[in-house]
Amino acid sequence: MSKITLKNLRHSYLSNPQSDDDWALKEMSVEWSDGGAYALLGPSGCGKTTLLNIISGLLTPTEGEVWFGDVEVSHLPADKRNIAQVFQFPVVYDTMTVYNNLAFPLRNRDVNESEIDWKVREIAAMLDLSDTLKKRASGLTADGKQKISLGRGLVRADVNAILFDEPLTVIDPHLKWILRSKLKELHQQIGNTMIYVTHDQTEALTFADQVVVMQEGEVVQIGTPVELFERPQHTFVGHFIGSPGMNVLACELDQGRPVYGGSAVETTGTVAVEDPSARLEIGIRPEFISFADQGIAVSVEKVSDAGRVNIVETRHGDDIIKLLVPDGGHVPSENAFLKFDPDHTQVYANAWMVS
Amino acid sequence: MNKTTYQKAWFFVLPVVALVAFNALIPLMTVVNYSVQETFGDNVFFWEGVKWFEDVLNSERFHASLLRQLMFTGIILAIEIPLGVAIALTMPKKGPWVSVCLVFMAMPLLIPWNVVGAMWNIFALPDIGLLGHAINGMGIEYNFTRQPFAAWFTTVLMDVWHWTSLVVLLAYAGLRSIPEDYYQAAKIDGAKPWAVFLHIQLPKMKRVLTIAILLRFMDSFMIYTEPFVLTGGGPGNSTTFLSIDLVKVALGQFDLGPAAAMSLIYFLIVLLVCWVFYTLMMKDEDQ
Amino acid sequence: MTLALKNVVKRVGADTHIYDTSVELVSNQFNILLGTTLAGKTTLMQLIAGLEKPTSGEVWFGGKNVTGVPVQKRNVSYVHQQFINYPHFSVFENIASPLRVARFSKADIEQRVGRVADLLKLTPMLGRNPSELSGGQQQRTALARALVKDADVVLLDEPLANLDYKLREELRDELPKLFQDRDCTVVYATTEPIEALLLGGYCATMNEGRITQFGETAAVYRRPFDLLTAQVFSDPPINIAEVTLNDGRFALNDQVGWATARANLTNGSYRMAVRPHFVTLEPSSEDSIKLEGQVLVAELSGSESVVHFEVDGLSWVSQSPGIHAIEVGKTTEFYLDKTQCMYFGENDQLMAA
Repeated sequence: MSKITLKNLRHSYLSNPQSDDDWALKEMSVEWSDGGAYALLGPSGCGKTTLLNIISGLLTPTEGEVWFGDVEVSHLPADKRNIAQVFQFPVVYDTMTVYNNLAFPLRNRDVNESEIDWKVREIAAMLDLSDTLKKRASGLTADGKQKISLGRGLVRADVNAILFDEPLTVIDPHLKWILRSKLKELHQQIGNTMIYVTHDQTEALTFADQVVVMQEGEVVQIGTPVELFERPQHTFVGHFIGSPGMNVLACELDQGRPVYGGSAVETTGTVAVEDPSARLEIGIRPEFISFADQGIAVSVEKVSDAGRVNIVETRHGDDIIKLLVPDGGHVPSENAFLKFDPDHTQVYANAWMVS
Repeated sequence: MNKTTYQKAWFFVLPVVALVAFNALIPLMTVVNYSVQETFGDNVFFWEGVKWFEDVLNSERFHASLLRQLMFTGIILAIEIPLGVAIALTMPKKGPWVSVCLVFMAMPLLIPWNVVGAMWNIFALPDIGLLGHAINGMGIEYNFTRQPFAAWFTTVLMDVWHWTSLVVLLAYAGLRSIPEDYYQAAKIDGAKPWAVFLHIQLPKMKRVLTIAILLRFMDSFMIYTEPFVLTGGGPGNSTTFLSIDLVKVALGQFDLGPAAAMSLIYFLIVLLVCWVFYTLMMKDEDQ
Repeated sequence: MTLALKNVVKRVGADTHIYDTSVELVSNQFNILLGTTLAGKTTLMQLIAGLEKPTSGEVWFGGKNVTGVPVQKRNVSYVHQQFINYPHFSVFENIASPLRVARFSKADIEQRVGRVADLLKLTPMLGRNPSELSGGQQQRTALARALVKDADVVLLDEPLANLDYKLREELRDELPKLFQDRDCTVVYATTEPIEALLLGGYCATMNEGRITQFGETAAVYRRPFDLLTAQVFSDPPINIAEVTLNDGRFALNDQVGWATARANLTNGSYRMAVRPHFVTLEPSSEDSIKLEGQVLVAELSGSESVVHFEVDGLSWVSQSPGIHAIEVGKTTEFYLDKTQCMYFGENDQLMAA
């Protein structure tokens, strides 16, 4: 076990990258502490799998270094890095029993049989696989197989990190949450560094202590789930996390205070924008908007009943502003005023938070 | 999932039914008819019951050619399957060389049987053939028209040359269908190349290998043209396989009854072996 | 066009996939089939499409029995969960394919494809091949193909399941608008209650080959006739507990109980069900009842926290707005809104809500 450091990492799949777009992974430097649970979250094509493969050693980065503890591993192949990886589709050795599947990585490393037996049984118990140890692995369901893939990583005492590449893709929807919470529980029991790649916000936020949000090859924010929700550093984070996502509205600045639709918007803290030509926006989540007697004048366009809440779509000029009204709450029929919660209203310049 | 039954579709099957009846069922029935009767020509038949079957099953000649046949099939399977798998494993997985290799591999399969026989006949001639001359040149006495061992050696070599490609192509297709994830996981698990082969590649190739073994078994068990052109069954009877023997009995001696009984037994053996083999392989699959 | 199933049964071998089902779907509306993976949604859709034939019973399209009519002659469109497009055709040709089969004129095809492409924001991609498109665009192409031919019945079998959730959100918003002015009956299968609610229209909840209830989506959600329907229509899973009613007072256990003014209920035991969002980390009103439980699992989704906890051996799920840092294993207070409980009596039929 060790901390993972990425220094000035950059990667391109092209042999001679020229423009910014040629880089699948833009320059990044990150430090991940030993024993942490991290998630790499982003839409498909954002570079999260590229980053994972660089850490596991299946890809060599074009530039920069990867360190496990005080050892540089940038050029070590996957099998020399002491990591475990769980893939999107479960990988099991069909001809072997569940027991032999779990024992396989240990036997390859010449561990003695009594130690193997003890370790395999311990891990099988953790994963609720004890009853199936004697069964052929090929006969298990997808979630059982995925547990075996995970188990083969857990049996090894020496792993630096366990990596997950969208591990719940093939799991039945109503079993997902069980495996999701199982992973979290295992992390607390074992205390290994775990890195989890996903495009699903629930998986990322549930699993990780720290979520790394990526977009177009770039890390836009690293933070706890609460931080990502309450203080998105980038409008993409606000949009991508939360359902519906954050409202992003073009605004102006008047003496350091944001102005939207002709009226000043209250925020906490001050706004300092150095670049006068920057694109200015305010961001506010639908959860932090409410109807009021005065404020921003809007017309109510659509109300969607989502059970727990009503998602109300309102219009101000050309902007659509969404807000949430609790089940049973009052929704005005046509014209209304909105109030933004100052504590949760942020200002963004060129998509990055400035307030 | 069963689909809507669309009754009119049955009409489309009619041509096939007619075709199968014409080229399989009717000839087969004719053979069955011959196998229980005696004829001296002129379409005059006498009922003989199962006499021909008893005769054939008790004949030492049949036993000998059956044994030769089994040996031949056993030898070529033992060589072609492992060799085919080994070649498939060394073939490139991507890049421009893939198609070059595939074309190269497919070449022997495109040559007609009788041409293969004729080719190897000339190739292996001890005086002027490249192979025969070379072996003799090394100081080993080699003449496939006179030495039984040399005849066997040449026949087996010819078959391996002709048909290993089929196994290679099938095994290669099987290997290509293994997702990259498996190799990556194995790498991370620290598996050695032999373990990767045993636990990933071989199990994933099982299905195509089953088909390869079946095809090679049936084909080699019924082999006729190539050894007929190459050795004509000789020297002596040393390479007289079942089909060659059958033709000798049927056309050489014109014993239609015993020949018919022999073909039926032959047919049943092939059918039985295929069935047993297939059930065994598939039973494993179902688990 | 009205679409009705009359006593439809589907058996395959010894398994019954659909038990005796009779339902009349609502014309020109979204009819949602909601249920888990093996509830029989796809089988029901295939029976409607004519891809499968019922073992017994009849399928009626607009006053006509179409039970034996093959799929080609039913004028239906079908969109699958996987993005199915012709890989060697351009997007334009993909969308145009049903029209070509129906021998529309060239001008007509161009006009119709253009209109649908516009609607689904595919106009810039018309010249491309499906392999050059993102998942969302591929599914839009499949949807466009279903829309272009003006089918009487459009069957959508979990069309959004394979998309990233942001794309899912976007398409889910657009879908009802696409069908708004069309003269066609939409049947839409989904496993997600929230999707059913947001699409609106009408909803049939399905469980193990049976429709448990059919009606307006919001009404089915708010007034399920039985416990099973309430369970099918709840994600996270609905909380269920045994309660006893004694002289106007419900008792959950020795400590927890509440008074009720429901006069129609007789004394006895009931099964109480309450949706997770009425069990929250903070009290929602004065009517809230405090439950103290040990946290088993905490799940955070984009804007809400789902916490599984245990009180006296009984598992509960709570769903609260906002992201909260929750410690697993810690004893925490939860608040149950007693006004939102549903009570089920004999045979799990709804008695009071």
